[in-house]
Amino acid sequence: MTSSTLPNEALVNYIFPNTHIDWSLMIVIYPYITGLVAGAFVVSALYHVFNVKTFERISRFALIAAFCFGLFAGVPLLLHLGQPQRAFNIFLTPNTTSAMSIFGYVYASYMLLLTVELWLTYREYIIQRAKETKGIPGVIWNVLTLGVRTYTPEAARVDHKVTVFLAAIGIPWAFLLHGYVGFIFGSVKANAWWATPLQPIVFLVSAIVSGMAMLLLMYTFIRWRARKAYDLDMIKTMTIYLWCIFLLAFTLETLEVVYAAYEQGHHWTVIGPLLAGPLFDSFVIGQVLTLSVLPILILGYAALSNVWGKPLLYLVNIGAFLLVLQVLFMRFNVVVGGQMLSKSDRGFAEFHLEVLGREGLIMAIIVFAAPFVTYYIISRIIPIFDDQPVRG
Amino acid sequence: MSTMTTSRRSFLRALVAVAGSAAVAYRPSALASLVGGKGSMDTTDADYVFVVDIDRCIGCGKCVQACSVENHVPAGHFRTWVERYVRTAEGTWIDSPDGAINSFPPLAEDVTAAAKETTFVPKLCNQCDNAPCVQVCPVGATFKAPGGFVLIDPEHCMGCSYCIQACPFGVRFLNPATHMADKCDWCYHRVSNGLQPACATVCPTGARAFGDRNKPEGTVAEALEEDRWRILKPGMHAHNRVLYRRLPREVI
Repeated sequence: MTSSTLPNEALVNYIFPNTHIDWSLMIVIYPYITGLVAGAFVVSALYHVFNVKTFERISRFALIAAFCFGLFAGVPLLLHLGQPQRAFNIFLTPNTTSAMSIFGYVYASYMLLLTVELWLTYREYIIQRAKETKGIPGVIWNVLTLGVRTYTPEAARVDHKVTVFLAAIGIPWAFLLHGYVGFIFGSVKANAWWATPLQPIVFLVSAIVSGMAMLLLMYTFIRWRARKAYDLDMIKTMTIYLWCIFLLAFTLETLEVVYAAYEQGHHWTVIGPLLAGPLFDSFVIGQVLTLSVLPILILGYAALSNVWGKPLLYLVNIGAFLLVLQVLFMRFNVVVGGQMLSKSDRGFAEFHLEVLGREGLIMAIIVFAAPFVTYYIISRIIPIFDDQPVRG
Repeated sequence: MSTMTTSRRSFLRALVAVAGSAAVAYRPSALASLVGGKGSMDTTDADYVFVVDIDRCIGCGKCVQACSVENHVPAGHFRTWVERYVRTAEGTWIDSPDGAINSFPPLAEDVTAAAKETTFVPKLCNQCDNAPCVQVCPVGATFKAPGGFVLIDPEHCMGCSYCIQACPFGVRFLNPATHMADKCDWCYHRVSNGLQPACATVCPTGARAFGDRNKPEGTVAEALEEDRWRILKPGMHAHNRVLYRRLPREVI
């Protein structure tokens, strides 16, 4: 009759009868995708705003990747909503006491900012293509010029200034877009695993980690496919940034748990059994011992040693791959793990992975693949790397 | 013969209808009083509370059945439910099979042997004055209505489930038929027509009492006068309107 893994001296796993895991895979990949947006944007902004010269060569790549992820950031939410046709109401009748009500405005304005920055970055190219291209593609290129078909050095100077300005305000904006997601979870006092003021910062820092790691993976893959040289200087610099930022992310994530454990308060009465029970595999073994400790060692070696060439590429890609998974696990452990805690405080709900259906695994894979397909299409139309000219 | 039966039945039905209408026309509160109502109520000036008297609850589940029928609650979801708490020296044993819609099966022998005290605890929406669900709804579909009710506007709910996450008491659910948030509303449609909530009406022991704090009667008046009620999860500072009398300490 006794059970030591249940919270608050419960003898049986008792969950309130309405306990369901209502936020499932779509709400796991939603913060994951917005995190990639924020992370990729930070890399492009590091060059524009903080003048990290090594990232100049990939700033356009990072910007386009951020744009592609951004385009699909809202899709999981639409798939999740019970009444998706009412989604636009978040703009029309926002309830100002709700943190969620700012989502529409922040997301829309951020996408506008990204689009304008992208347009400015490629304006010269658009004008050039408008002059060269005939037929229907020519009309499209001409529309994209917005009627300005000359590009002077003076215009280039102004464009550059505006781009830097947009990148500068884009950083807090990207932080807001993603920190907001952490705020949504962190401010739910009813859920002990979510409710911590650290949550927005944890989400934000891990977002930058996932964005940088994903860029490294994409970059290596694209260069490998195109049989082009790898920019090892850039990779090394990015690895150092990634390692340092992940150390910060891991510290914050660990701090959250250590604090609750040491405090021995109400939160720990449910979090302790949660981590020892249903989340043991995906949090303790998965997120912490495998997907955090290994990349810290691997990327630490890559960042601090003199390793170069192919070994560096292998190490960085293995480390980056583990980190991309780490952040995905972290999102899962927060979003689903929190809902495993029944409000009864005396039991855990089970998570059943749905495969088919609107919020199932297959749909999650499709949504997650969409930004990469979009990137591929865009890369056929506009040049992303200097040494990979496009002529379509 | 069958024609005769049918016509006799319809005649009787018509007779009942005419008599019923006459009774209601003569004294409008007649019908309402049959089901515990007090005539047409103006919810705007009222300050409703719901008192649950733990000592009176026998766990029969009639309230859950009545709620389910009255509000078309989909199977597997509950606007109200009843929990059984068994306190033992080793810890607490709790169940609520199907929300207790069919009452409770007998306890296992080892649980009975170890039991120090067994309690039935009805749960329902607390219609909080500082309701987390009202705060977090991104489009204001969940709102506080006069009288103290927390209601959901079916014309505006997006089905985002944020309110379900925010409710500390687990009373909300996503209705699989409407794809919108759903929960107990103290039978607003009944109360605004001068009736009592369905669960309070059918409770055979008076464990559930509903009334206006400004004009308290019966159990509500007793509970307010005694002033020893407790609320669930006071640490959430939600300012609950469901007041529990003699709530055991192990209840969450």
